[in-house]
Amino acid sequence: MGAGHAALLVLADGRFPAGGHAHSGGAEAAVKAGRVTDAASLEDFCRGRLHTAGLSAAALAAAAAAGVDPLALDDAADARTPSPALRATARRLGRQMTRAARAAWPSPELDALAAARPRGAHQPVVLGLTARAAGLGPLDAAHAAAYEAVSGPATAVVRLLGLDPFDATAVLARLAPELDHVAERAAEAARRAVHEGPDALPACSAPLLDITAEQHAAWPVRLFAS
Amino acid sequence: MHLDHPDVYPHRHTYSAASPLRPDGRRRALRIGLGGPVGSGKTATVAALCRSLREELSIAVITNDIYTREDAEFLLRNAVLPPERITAVETGACPHTAIRDDISANLEAVEDLEAVFSSSSVGPLDLILVESGGDNLTATFSKGLVDAQIFVIDVAGGDDIPRKGGPGVTTADLLVVNKTDLAPYVGADLEGMARDAEAQRGDLPVAFTSLTAEDGVAPVRDWVRGQLAAWTTPAA
Ligand SMILES: Nc1nc2c(ncn2[C@@H]2O[C@H](COP(=O)(O)OP(=O)(O)OP(=O)(O)O)[C@@H](O)[C@H]2O)c(=O)[nH]1
Ligand SMILES: [Mg+2]
Repeated sequence: MGAGHAALLVLADGRFPAGGHAHSGGAEAAVKAGRVTDAASLEDFCRGRLHTAGLSAAALAAAAAAGVDPLALDDAADARTPSPALRATARRLGRQMTRAARAAWPSPELDALAAARPRGAHQPVVLGLTARAAGLGPLDAAHAAAYEAVSGPATAVVRLLGLDPFDATAVLARLAPELDHVAERAAEAARRAVHEGPDALPACSAPLLDITAEQHAAWPVRLFAS
Repeated sequence: MHLDHPDVYPHRHTYSAASPLRPDGRRRALRIGLGGPVGSGKTATVAALCRSLREELSIAVITNDIYTREDAEFLLRNAVLPPERITAVETGACPHTAIRDDISANLEAVEDLEAVFSSSSVGPLDLILVESGGDNLTATFSKGLVDAQIFVIDVAGGDDIPRKGGPGVTTADLLVVNKTDLAPYVGADLEGMARDAEAQRGDLPVAFTSLTAEDGVAPVRDWVRGQLAAWTTPAA
């Protein structure tokens, strides 16, 4: 393993300037629909997202960090993202992350991906390749992706509901053991994907997140971009 | 596993607004940010600047609406510029983050506009105006996003704002005090505002405007022309 944990802290910092602050990870739609109203329902929402879209994203990130062809992973990410709105979001965020990553950890692999996907590759793939450029391993990349899957919605719900920020942070802390577990599963799948290709990666999804993402994209007034 | 790239891989600093040149070596468009409190007249200033300069300059606008596309739609509805010259960026309830702490979405919008026009028969842009969502007195633009910034306040927001200072009032390249036509109605002391602004800003310029007046944007337009002249003149 190249780098120690410090690079992971830089990468997973909520202030890493890669555009995440403008996105709620589906939380805005869930709040509007009355499915997230307090800390308990936020925890349910985050748990659901972690084990579905979160696991898929973590596995893609881990595979990219493990050296699996990022373009093949980008196609695999498309196949795992049926909602056009979420595909667009993932690519937009991937492009923004590419910009930040190339400034933070210059790397020929990031340059090559940026050249091959000028409009942006899927964000988890870029995240994984960024982890690789930072000298981090697949498990680190999976942790970063899995954490993002829950920290984004939690931060958004603090803004959307005026939820007590201490309660929101406690939700994330309670989810930490499950997050570790999801990251390990993702890294294990990534190890297989090195030999078997992207088909070895999990393809979990949350249909309600896909459906509400499409609806949310059509709202005329919203606080978050997704 | 270790880093794939050896230490000889050069450090790059070309991913911010820092470089004034386009890939083809020519000077890119000047980027001017407009920030300031909600409702002070940022969009009205952008609209007036576009109307007044669009015959002589190729202009594009990026709006940072907080939760709607109102500013972009206002500019479209009023046919200030054709739609391909206006881009709306979404800021996730946090306008100052999008112009300062995490400028990635705005930079992408800037570069997309530049790329589209450079590769079209229209040719490259001269000026890109970036309007921030209305925010507080501490909201300023990153130097990585814009080359110069205008902070717009208005007399109705309280004539003590220049005295209070804050990063916007104190450091912006141009401070605009707008809606001077309303001064008599809100009891604003314009001379006091000018004195306070000078105390805060030293030699940095201040423009008093009323956009309801005929050619009320003139002082801002003249300042923009000056910035452009300095921008396009190669350094000696
Ligand atoms: N009387 C007067 N009204 C003005 C002037 N400039 C702008 N307004 C009005 O003030 C209101 C707000 O102006 P905008 O340009 O939308 O303000 P803004 O700073 O873009 O507002 P946000 O983007 O919402 O923060 C509009 O109704 C304008 O018509 C002025 O010089 N005098
Ligand atoms: Mg406005």
